[in-house]
Amino acid sequence: MSKAAGKIKKNNNFWERNRMSEGYLLKKTVMGICVRIIRAFLLFGMCFLILQPILNKLSISLMKESDLYNPLVVNVPLHVTAANYQLAADFMGYGKAFMNTLFISLSIAFLQIAVCTLVGYGFARFKFPLKNFWFACVLLMIVIPPQTVATSLHLHFRFFDILGIFKATTGSTLNLRGSVLPYYMMSAGCMGLKNGLYIFLIRQFFRNIPFELEEAAYVDGCGTLRTFFSIMLPDAKPILTSCFLFAFVWQWTDGFYSSMFLGNVELLSIQLTRIADRLGQYFQNVLKIQGGASIGYTNCIVATGTLMVIAPLLILYLFVQKGFVESLSSSGIKM
Amino acid sequence: MKKKKKPAGLQKRKAISGYLFISPFIVGFLLFMVKPLFQSLYMSLSTVNVSTSGFQPVFNGIENYKKAFLIDPDFNRLLTEELGKMVVNTIAVLVFSFFVALILNQKFRGRAFVRAVFFLPVIISSGVILGVEYDNTLLAGLQETIQQSANSDTSITAAIENILVTSGVGSRVFETVFEVVDGIYDVAISSGIQILIFLSALQTISESMYEAADIEGCTAWESLWKITFPMISSMLLVNVVYTIVDFCMRTDSEVMEMITEQMTLYLDYGFSSAMAWIYFVIVGAAIGLCALFLSKVVYYYE
Repeated sequence: MSKAAGKIKKNNNFWERNRMSEGYLLKKTVMGICVRIIRAFLLFGMCFLILQPILNKLSISLMKESDLYNPLVVNVPLHVTAANYQLAADFMGYGKAFMNTLFISLSIAFLQIAVCTLVGYGFARFKFPLKNFWFACVLLMIVIPPQTVATSLHLHFRFFDILGIFKATTGSTLNLRGSVLPYYMMSAGCMGLKNGLYIFLIRQFFRNIPFELEEAAYVDGCGTLRTFFSIMLPDAKPILTSCFLFAFVWQWTDGFYSSMFLGNVELLSIQLTRIADRLGQYFQNVLKIQGGASIGYTNCIVATGTLMVIAPLLILYLFVQKGFVESLSSSGIKM
Repeated sequence: MKKKKKPAGLQKRKAISGYLFISPFIVGFLLFMVKPLFQSLYMSLSTVNVSTSGFQPVFNGIENYKKAFLIDPDFNRLLTEELGKMVVNTIAVLVFSFFVALILNQKFRGRAFVRAVFFLPVIISSGVILGVEYDNTLLAGLQETIQQSANSDTSITAAIENILVTSGVGSRVFETVFEVVDGIYDVAISSGIQILIFLSALQTISESMYEAADIEGCTAWESLWKITFPMISSMLLVNVVYTIVDFCMRTDSEVMEMITEQMTLYLDYGFSSAMAWIYFVIVGAAIGLCALFLSKVVYYYE
């Protein structure tokens, strides 16, 4: 109604148009503004809620110890210092741990996604007997807590053997506890961290590619493997990037599998959990202060360490935010 | 295949290549899941003696299960607490992520930034970092002192809470709601994936439905429940399952910690496996019940 009126007399002002629509326009505009204001408040509040811990950690990590107890200092440090970072880096062995974590996360993520892509493709594009049964197994794998099998996996790798070969040749079983090999083997068998989820997502993606594309490739004489590599894989780039980033990031921060299977490798996630103890020991043994570090200062160093662990991830997220969010939501998760 | 009698049919060849593609999963599943699963089931029914030469489980029936339910002082309490928390958390996360997804699906300035922020917790609050923040009992003590020194009774939320509780209508329900509101940070950081799933579902709803409803005189509130909700109800099921799994599998849950502790500290493999199995069966049953109930409600378009 108001639109039609506006078209007839374009130079009508707002109130005239409002009068012509019998107050509808005013009501609508006011409502629209109200919704926008309320939404802005809500979103600001929730964004602040999520960002606040990080900002808080950032400000704490720059403070001197005296600032922590100064009631006048709330968020902005009085004496800005980088000493906390130096200390936290020393306790974590940051340089070495960083390189280890980078290497392990990259290689594990690559291996896991490579294998999961194969499996997801197999589930999406081929018909074979017992397919539903095996896919139910994938779903089951998502649901079973790793802790259920952790006990026996722990023993399995402690006394590792393949069909009794090692026992027969060397007289004893292999102890793979503390080496990185078990985790690579598990990753190659799709049993790593959240691998069921990756298989599920990749399968969903491949299912949506039209069958004609594949058939055309077969008719033109492409083999199964060549179809997969040169027709399907280039199409699946967005979802594979997403999954790779997830695998990388979750591996980076993972505590369970790392402490279970990679216990002897110095990883950032493991080092971070030990930082508080190390600080206490440092205070007692090196600085000879009875009772160790104070609560506030321990907290400060833990915050600094946490920041240092997530900093590379934050930088990564800034650059490839699209890879995380957009491609996953556009892939259309359907049941 | 090798004998080269005659080329196998296309169906058969495709079936074989299908199996080849998923073979890594089958091998991994049998080796690292099925075998340990049966082993841990057997261990949960026995006493495990560990020595340097190997480990010998000695069958002892349901002793470990009896110990978990009847003797151990903590397990029952932790388990029921965990399940109670699971129910509250799941509902809170679903409601939160549903409404956030609704808001994020609208067009406004800075939407890309807000989306990035809401998804940030998936990246940074995973794994060990969450544990570090909450493991810190010292920090908790410090927070308490701060809260005591700043008399928090004067805040608006406290005043509203007081009014609502003294109004006398179902104070138990209110208390649960307050707990959720106080723990809104936990809810916000654990609903990143759920928001994303709802969002992708919202984007598949065609605009013409809303237009038609609008012309017929449907208010926005009505079309929310009559169009949006049924259309994304299939994703509701996915989200419920994901939330429950995500909540129960987090490594800092108390039951999980107890299981790991029994295994690594006390080397009581039998007892620890028994507890893990009880937990797994109960969580599985909860997911099954939810799926059964929700699949009746879910509406499938097409």
